[in-house]
Amino acid sequence: MTMLVARPMSPADLLRLSGAGLRTRKLRAALSALGIAIGVAAIVAVLGLSASSQAGLLAEIDRLGTNMLTVSNGTTLFGQPAELPEQAPGMIGRIAGVTAVQDTSYIANVSAYRSPLIPSIDTNALTVQAASLGLLQATGDTLAHGHFLNPATAREPVAVLGALAAQRLGIDRVFSGERIWLGNQWFYVAGILTPAVLAPDIDTSVLIGYPAAETYLGADGHPSTIYVRAQTDRVDAVQALLAATANPQAPSQVDVSQPSQALVARADAQSALNGLFLGLGAVALLVGAVGVANIMIISVLERRSEIGLRRALGATKGHIRVQFLSEAILLAVAGGAAGVATGALATAVYASAKGWAVVIPALAWGGGIGAALAIGALAGLLPALRAASMSPTQALWSI
Amino acid sequence: MTPDSVLHVDTVTKIYPTQPPVVALRGVSFRIGRGELVAIVGPSGSGKTTLLHLMGTLDRPTSGTVRVTGTDVAALGDHAVAFLRASRIGFVFQQFFLAEHQTVLDNVADGLLYAGVRQAERRRRAMDAIAVVGLAARANARPTQLSGGQRQRVAIARALVGEPAIILADEPTGNLDQSTGRSILALFEALNERGATIVVITHDTAVARRMPRRIEMLDGRVVSDTTSSVVATSTSQPMEHP
Repeated sequence: MTMLVARPMSPADLLRLSGAGLRTRKLRAALSALGIAIGVAAIVAVLGLSASSQAGLLAEIDRLGTNMLTVSNGTTLFGQPAELPEQAPGMIGRIAGVTAVQDTSYIANVSAYRSPLIPSIDTNALTVQAASLGLLQATGDTLAHGHFLNPATAREPVAVLGALAAQRLGIDRVFSGERIWLGNQWFYVAGILTPAVLAPDIDTSVLIGYPAAETYLGADGHPSTIYVRAQTDRVDAVQALLAATANPQAPSQVDVSQPSQALVARADAQSALNGLFLGLGAVALLVGAVGVANIMIISVLERRSEIGLRRALGATKGHIRVQFLSEAILLAVAGGAAGVATGALATAVYASAKGWAVVIPALAWGGGIGAALAIGALAGLLPALRAASMSPTQALWSI
Repeated sequence: MTPDSVLHVDTVTKIYPTQPPVVALRGVSFRIGRGELVAIVGPSGSGKTTLLHLMGTLDRPTSGTVRVTGTDVAALGDHAVAFLRASRIGFVFQQFFLAEHQTVLDNVADGLLYAGVRQAERRRRAMDAIAVVGLAARANARPTQLSGGQRQRVAIARALVGEPAIILADEPTGNLDQSTGRSILALFEALNERGATIVVITHDTAVARRMPRRIEMLDGRVVSDTTSSVVATSTSQPMEHP
């Protein structure tokens, strides 16, 4: 007898067989796949959201342009704040490739309050700055309400609030006659800015005109931060010249930076926060795996007669092993697929609500399905071995 | 060994290694030829179920040899024995063992699942086997929609579908009422007339009396092996259909 060689089942037969095994106990299969679905959904959503928020931030940076440079006063050799010369903006404006120069001047020892009744120590960490009139063109920020300073209002006690400053002062829109207490006198509020992306300093600032700062607060008009826009292809060249141009006598006392670079770095670093959530997802996956293993072991016990029958019909131990293993894998992969779909949906909903591009990294969905597959294989191994080692006579005659 | 011997059990002993050891079979020998219809009859504990395990290659003897279509089972590994079952032996059980969520057709087609036959061919041959047991009209029904007798016919069709050299039926009428049981026995007789070799294991002497050959077991031994020249039942009891 040479023909007695058992054949492996075809993949189609195997799929049909394991699918039937799960379909027979739909609710139970669904519940045990749920654990894996939750774990995979958590992982996909965390990776998807972080990638989408990163994409959103990068898109925002692109919109605002990467060609903005800031020049600010550094510190002297003795650690005191240095001053930028008054002529610095004008000098910088003459560098080839510079398209816009605007500046703000930090006014020391002046704070803004909602009213004179607020204790003077409750400064809300707000700063008061004098701003040049074209500041918004340089920073790329926009107004949420009202108007920015103009040549007329720059001379009067009129202020424009940064987004956070407005929030902390409790002002969410501009009424005529709306005013704040600033340097022992009322300043009228002309406008409120949207959150500033490239120049976050402005968010917590109350902006007033240079002439008003001199007139009412006695400021000296030295710029503290200069916002420079350069032609995109000349950003590096301009950056190299900025310190020496701003303060030719002491270039080392000038800080020059490109805020978009810091933001890109921040976008990259954000994913570090995801570790915790990924860990939680992994725990859910582990619990799901235990659930699948548990269900499969119960299933093996319940299906003794089926196992015995299959052995009587000519199944080898290998056939039985493969059947139960593929059932566990199918269960886990189904859970994984549901999890990927849920995670992707959650990402899509949240990202579109935030106006970000929806990005689901291949690592997230590929890894989710892959993890589910590995979990199914691991969780199904022991039950499959048990099923295969069951003696057919005991399986059939001991019920 | 005669060339027509489908099953040859030769001085087979089976001792279960429990404490104390249980001797289930003590030197059992017989041959079953092609085209025979045989009853193995005996009370509980006589060793007939153990004998079924050994004949069905689901278990191995402690000593002695079992040959199926001339192949010594002891010489085969797990794979080869499994394929021997898949290709040469059909089982019919008291409890039917049908998959409730599959149609009659798929239940019967599963009889060929491990024989290396493609699905389309499995279904085609299953349809033929279902027709032979008289259930062609119910091929797409589920076992839960069938009567006990019909379920046993489905199980018989599953045993038949691979055209095995021998069909082993373990108390096939045990879960059926008397008249349905008789119709199942009549089906076996009809199949036997078409050339099938069938061994029916039973404790029921009334069932055994219908069979042309009876091997009687007691305490792990064959106590009698009688062949009637005339099958009593085919004259005294009419064949019934469910």
